[in-house]
Amino acid sequence: MSRVTLITPKSPPPAPPPQDLYAKRKQIYPKLAHGKFRTVKWVAMAGMLGIYYLVPWLRWDRGTGVPDQAVLADFGGERFFFFGIEIWPQEAYYLAGLMILAALGLFLVTSLFGRVWCGYACPQTVWTDLYIWVERAFEGDRAARMRLDAKPMSFNKAWRKVGKHAVWLFIAFVTGGAFILYFHDAQMIAQTFFIGEAPLSAYWFAAILTFTTYALAGTMREQVCTYLCPWPRIQAALTDEHALNVTYRYDRGEPRGPHRKGESWDGRGDCIDCKQCVQVCPMGIDIRDGAQLECIHCALCIDACDEMMKKVDRPTGLIAYDTDVAVARRAAGMPTQYRLIRARTVLYAALMVAIAALMAWGLLNRGTFEVNVLKDRSPPYVRLSEGDIRNGYTLKLVNKSGEAREMSLEANGIDGLELEVIGLEATEAGRMLLPVAAHGVDRYRIFVTVPKETADGRDHFTLLLQDTATGELHGNRTSFMAPGD
Amino acid sequence: MSEHNKDIDQPTGVETTGHEWDGIKELNNPLPRWWLYIWYATIAFSIGYMVVMPAIPALPGMGTNTRGLAGQSDRIAVAEQVESLRTQRSASGAALLTASLEEIETDRELQQFAMASGESAFGDNCATCHGAGGRGAKGYPTLADDAWLWSGTLEGIQYTLQHGIRHEEDPETRFSLMPAFGRDRLLERQEIDDVVNHVLSLSGREVDEAASSRGAEIFAAQCASCHGADGAGDRTFGAPNLTDDIWVFGSEYRDVYNSVYNARNAHMPAWGERLDEATIKSLAVYVHSLGGGE
Repeated sequence: MSRVTLITPKSPPPAPPPQDLYAKRKQIYPKLAHGKFRTVKWVAMAGMLGIYYLVPWLRWDRGTGVPDQAVLADFGGERFFFFGIEIWPQEAYYLAGLMILAALGLFLVTSLFGRVWCGYACPQTVWTDLYIWVERAFEGDRAARMRLDAKPMSFNKAWRKVGKHAVWLFIAFVTGGAFILYFHDAQMIAQTFFIGEAPLSAYWFAAILTFTTYALAGTMREQVCTYLCPWPRIQAALTDEHALNVTYRYDRGEPRGPHRKGESWDGRGDCIDCKQCVQVCPMGIDIRDGAQLECIHCALCIDACDEMMKKVDRPTGLIAYDTDVAVARRAAGMPTQYRLIRARTVLYAALMVAIAALMAWGLLNRGTFEVNVLKDRSPPYVRLSEGDIRNGYTLKLVNKSGEAREMSLEANGIDGLELEVIGLEATEAGRMLLPVAAHGVDRYRIFVTVPKETADGRDHFTLLLQDTATGELHGNRTSFMAPGD
Repeated sequence: MSEHNKDIDQPTGVETTGHEWDGIKELNNPLPRWWLYIWYATIAFSIGYMVVMPAIPALPGMGTNTRGLAGQSDRIAVAEQVESLRTQRSASGAALLTASLEEIETDRELQQFAMASGESAFGDNCATCHGAGGRGAKGYPTLADDAWLWSGTLEGIQYTLQHGIRHEEDPETRFSLMPAFGRDRLLERQEIDDVVNHVLSLSGREVDEAASSRGAEIFAAQCASCHGADGAGDRTFGAPNLTDDIWVFGSEYRDVYNSVYNARNAHMPAWGERLDEATIKSLAVYVHSLGGGE
């Protein structure tokens, strides 16, 4: 494919006024948009907020002595519960895997469709959208709000402002409160929280999230995306000229200018310079300036522009999801090409599939029982008075299932080896039966003694554990140390 | 840069700093003003912090740093935490005092507490000689094996800990003295050689038979009163069993010769002078658990 020079549609700026060292924040009054993407965003917002607020209340029966909350990060009990999945601290790699999947998912989506995350799913966007909705309910849409802010203080202005902030604070508190539900039993913490008996950390985190929600979604908004968030910088490296970004099609729009009804469209672009795209923008930018750091790709300008295009009886899609290459090619009179399958998208997708498969395989095949044998390091061995050599071990039996088990233990591999479990008598048949509690770790001290005739230097033996009920077998080969070479 | 010489970046309309690297120019975007306000706020915070917390060092005439209105001191905070931990533990510590050693060992909660505090006290006081986990060293008995010089019961271990061995300041210390047969000219070198041969034969070592049988007579006359006629030792005197495979001071000919010639008579301090009773009890429980407890 021939290379295409990307042109920036902006005309050279006029001589700038002397630049100030510090930029004053410009108040943004985003206008309500109507259309396809606004509807998608409402639905997405309702879905995501619903998940966030309701999931902690879902129950999932796991048997007695274990939390019945479907999704719970139980720090006290050192467990992470996700429906039927129970993650132990030593399995934190599943969480790491989830993070890697999420990161790759972001990379993939960004290289295909630009900043979809920023525009639809980022909590900053979702809560800001919610807060703007509240703001609109109290103060009206863009024009009404601008008028209200310009007026001196009055009772009418005061109650609208106070009401807005009160509802914001309430939402902020509910947000912070819902966060802690993921770390405690939701029903229990919801009661103890209000009678002052919840742990201090619960109040602390609820307070922090109340504050951040109110500040970030209520008052800071676009400042967070532009000045605090690293993602706009990172995504510049992930998106490229083939990514479907929210794009002003300057090939169709320029030269722009006001258009009166009945005038000819010949020799001019479709952009009537109505500035609807600017007015609905929550970031306060002009999409017609091209791809910008500030643009979160929320697509509201598409809705605004489409509405205007319908009114002036021109085809919609003057602003649309499009690629820089496609626009540039059309502007140069060449046929449009879309390349969603590119080296990077294939790589991201392949990596995602591979990691997801690996995790699924790991989850499906992970055992519910683990044997860890820790050999005493001091003393490495003990010589008994008859000359026999004894080694000490700590046996850790991890039972991740909801059933208590009984494991029979034997050891073999060295001639004359004898096994002793501290605090446990062998049965009449000479078997060692070790009880292991459900959802727990049981520790046993064991001594292994080898007669002096067969103990020589470093040797190995096998500890065999068998579930007396199911016959499930676990072996652990471990070392035995004796003097000698 | 002078006013008339401003370099303006074309696409953005923002002036540059004039710095350029490989054709890439640095934009001089204005800082958001609220960042400036946050900076002012941190300055205000730091002034408040300096007033409230210890901060400015070595002011003339002060000799030390400023104390701060809050009176914060990490040293005092640590001392308070240690004290509160001690108070928390004193309940379990008091239970250790009233409970018998057997009760401590069978009560799961007390046992865990005693084991934890015993292990830590062992590391601080005992491991220097007896090694981590009681592994022992030459001259210092292994505490994890099944051989004991004086006693391997809970009470016996507690007594040894409390009063020490050959600790002459303690009237109740465990005490015995083996004569230095060579140094004090009680036996000739040839006789010592004979005795050593006999002693080594007791644990089944190959020895000079003639020397060993000569040594057996000397052993009966000089050693059997403490070590027993069969050499199996006597815990009343802390006399080691000479027939087993445990040799605190070494099992080679010259080690045993040295023991007979010079005598060993090792010393252990009476820990009752240094440690409180609860700690001694915890240590007894811990040592008893190492693998040799009787």
